[in-house]
Amino acid sequence: MNAEARHTDTGSEAAKPANSQPTLLEARGLTKAFGDFLACDHIDFSIRRGEIHALLGENGAGKSTFVKMLYGALQPTSGEIRWKGEPVSIDNPATARRLGIGMVFQHFSLFDVLTVAENIALALAGKVGPGALAERIRTVSRDYGLPLDPMSIVADLSVGERQRVEIVRCLLQEPDLIIMDEPTSVLTPHEAEDLFRTLARLTGEGVAILYISHRLEEVKRLCHAATILRHGKVVGSCDPAGETPASLARMMVGADVREVRHREQARLDMPVRLELKHLSLPPAGPFSVPLVEIDLAVRGGEVVAIAGVAGNGQGELFDALSGERPLHDRGALVIDGHEAGRMSVGARRRLGAAFVPEERLGHAAVPGLKLSENVVLTRHGEHHVVRGGFLKGGARAIADRVVESFDVRKSHRDPEARSLSGGNLQKFVVGREIDRQPGVLVVSQPTWGVDAGASADIRQALVDLARAGSAVLVISQDLDEIFEVADRIAVVSRGRLSAPVPAATTSRDDIGLLMGGIGHGGEGASDAA
Amino acid sequence: MRLELVRRPEQSRRMAMLSPLLAIALTLVSGAILFAALGHDPVRALGVYFIEPLTTSWSVQELLVKATPLVMIAVGLAICYLSNNWNIGAEGQFTFGAIAGSGVALSLNSWDSGLLLPLMLVAGILGGMAWAAIPAFLKTRFNTNEILTSLMLVYVAQLLLDWLVRGPWRDPGGYNFPESEVFSDAATMPLLIAGSRLHIGAVFAVLAVVVAAIMLGATLKGFEIRVLGQAPKAGSFAGFSRTRLTVFAFLLSGGLAGLAGISEVSGTIGQLRPTISPGYGFAAIIVAFLGRLNPIGILVAGLLLALSYLGGEAAQVSLGISDKITKVFQGMLLIYVLACDTFILYRPRLVRANPTGEAAHGRA
Repeated sequence: MNAEARHTDTGSEAAKPANSQPTLLEARGLTKAFGDFLACDHIDFSIRRGEIHALLGENGAGKSTFVKMLYGALQPTSGEIRWKGEPVSIDNPATARRLGIGMVFQHFSLFDVLTVAENIALALAGKVGPGALAERIRTVSRDYGLPLDPMSIVADLSVGERQRVEIVRCLLQEPDLIIMDEPTSVLTPHEAEDLFRTLARLTGEGVAILYISHRLEEVKRLCHAATILRHGKVVGSCDPAGETPASLARMMVGADVREVRHREQARLDMPVRLELKHLSLPPAGPFSVPLVEIDLAVRGGEVVAIAGVAGNGQGELFDALSGERPLHDRGALVIDGHEAGRMSVGARRRLGAAFVPEERLGHAAVPGLKLSENVVLTRHGEHHVVRGGFLKGGARAIADRVVESFDVRKSHRDPEARSLSGGNLQKFVVGREIDRQPGVLVVSQPTWGVDAGASADIRQALVDLARAGSAVLVISQDLDEIFEVADRIAVVSRGRLSAPVPAATTSRDDIGLLMGGIGHGGEGASDAA
Repeated sequence: MRLELVRRPEQSRRMAMLSPLLAIALTLVSGAILFAALGHDPVRALGVYFIEPLTTSWSVQELLVKATPLVMIAVGLAICYLSNNWNIGAEGQFTFGAIAGSGVALSLNSWDSGLLLPLMLVAGILGGMAWAAIPAFLKTRFNTNEILTSLMLVYVAQLLLDWLVRGPWRDPGGYNFPESEVFSDAATMPLLIAGSRLHIGAVFAVLAVVVAAIMLGATLKGFEIRVLGQAPKAGSFAGFSRTRLTVFAFLLSGGLAGLAGISEVSGTIGQLRPTISPGYGFAAIIVAFLGRLNPIGILVAGLLLALSYLGGEAAQVSLGISDKITKVFQGMLLIYVLACDTFILYRPRLVRANPTGEAAHGRA
């Protein structure tokens, strides 16, 4: 237990489940082949009642494929699943639910315009009357510390509350095993604590939880056992409490994960390269957040991070910075001394700015286009890519260079973007911009859902870019990431931005409070620092 | 046993080539069943429909005559569809282009000048563009559904044509038939082969194919079309304007349809009549998809659809089957090609018996 790290209350709440508890689910030699590619290769796995079992691995290691087979969304090519000692065939998710296997998805599958009760009723397929259902939702959500009003509209809920809906929906089916895919990736630290309490309660009742997470500190703290996958094979299993995050990461990646090196501290005498002056933007639609009087200056040489819970204006801020939604006030955004508020994306790029949006597929890259074509997407202003309206061969060379320097793994030389795993595509879209050596880089969620090895590479690249003199602005919900890369941190909450504070003099708790909107009465923002 | 579709990691290039061929094969099989049900020998009937029109030089020329408007329209439509603009109203743009070009021809019918024909063609192109500009404007300004607006404008254009040839543009010396005056020689497209009906419109069609192929394959504009069509958010991230592209795609396809319209009237028919098209504007939708929205593919698909028109006429003459059979074959072809396209990104797979039959509730 030598890596207590930043959690102040890292304790032994991962109370041992009695080893005498019976095995609930067992997989033997479970294999899934997609053509010649073995996504899962003879996986042996077992989970006991009352156990929180972590499934660890890089992106593309086979975690999702494995849990999809347990949940009946994919059929194994060979191998066997035993449920309570009996071999079973899980043909589809309905079968899985009937057996007692529930799943909480990473991406929510809720209808925004319906109420909580209506959403849950859809999943239960009319087995319970609406009145009785609302009552059951109230009871279950209260009992498990997941307060929910069944009559509220999903669109009005925070991300944390939406996840509660997913969990309650799962609990109403009284499962024995719950599969959770990155449940804390969208939660504030405080919301995550609430979730952990719920999990503890569930395990106390004998429910087993299969927990997928990239947050190794969390795994170490919460889980009783861990199975580590690499390239579709089980490469190890351990008791996470006896490991450090670094040793867990090593097992996942198969090599030491480098810590991000800050070669030197950011210098404070460098010129401001990106400046936001009273940047305001009305909401684009009914579910959009207005931006209110945002002020921020990023100097060359530094990384400034904007923390915040999802849905507090990050997307709107990114669109305003990139120019996808130009501003009315040209002076509200200054890039390297040029007033850029009303400029298009292309004009801002010509000033030396580069942008990496949060969504990899469909925003940062076109799924059905090749990597080289995706290079053209953001770099068609360069002469060797497009000249006189005609495409030149330059994009291909850039794609090769990015693939080489960011170690993007792919099946053949120039595949379609959609065939890459999330982490590899993320390395590609970040690399595509860094390859330009931009003077200003704005990047949203640079390592969302990306494995430890790739995350470290991306974060290092961001810090290196800044130290070479660029201004780097990172919008992220991941506090680990923010503290790893940032020189200064600001928090966005309901479309307002707190004054940035030096990362070295602030704590996760302070930032966490700001993220929850506490201390945000205007002056309170800087007080918390 | 049930059939499942499994997503492929990438588009299958082999299937993209195979899909139209598979669709043609399925159409032939269905056609054979249809003929058999009508009491004809399916082999002989298919022979009459698809082989006989290719056996005389007259009918081969006729094939090219019919392929000309189909290819010209389909090239424009392909660019619309690639950019995610669903222009279903090419028939209307074709008709309005023909009206605009004919307006020039009829008002200057005594002007014996080499400038008359180019002027007519320009008027035809502008007419088609103007007709296509309406749904484009409605879509970009009011966010209306262009499928409905462009389709409804087809009927407006057709009724306008009907009114013109029965009213103001009726030939005074035409015994009250609803037809315009016959175009003068200066207003008639030159023929490619003397004595046939093959006019230089065919050259325009080939030119359109070449220009569109270069644009789509080698220019930033073509890239913009594909990006905005597949991922609008990525397109605006790249700095491309969706609004401008919508207008561009509609004007381009409208212009080509208008050119096809005036070429058909001036080159093939020689005067305006209440009906100037056997549904070229709709059949071109099939051509566009059968040709994989690829200009070269469209050239081939255009010939095949032209064959379906000739075959329909042959079936009517030799077998006494209604010429509605043409529409049946065209419809089957479109349905099969769209269905087969599913396999480009998905792979079919047989799954062993599912005793519960609850798959429909499953969340994958």
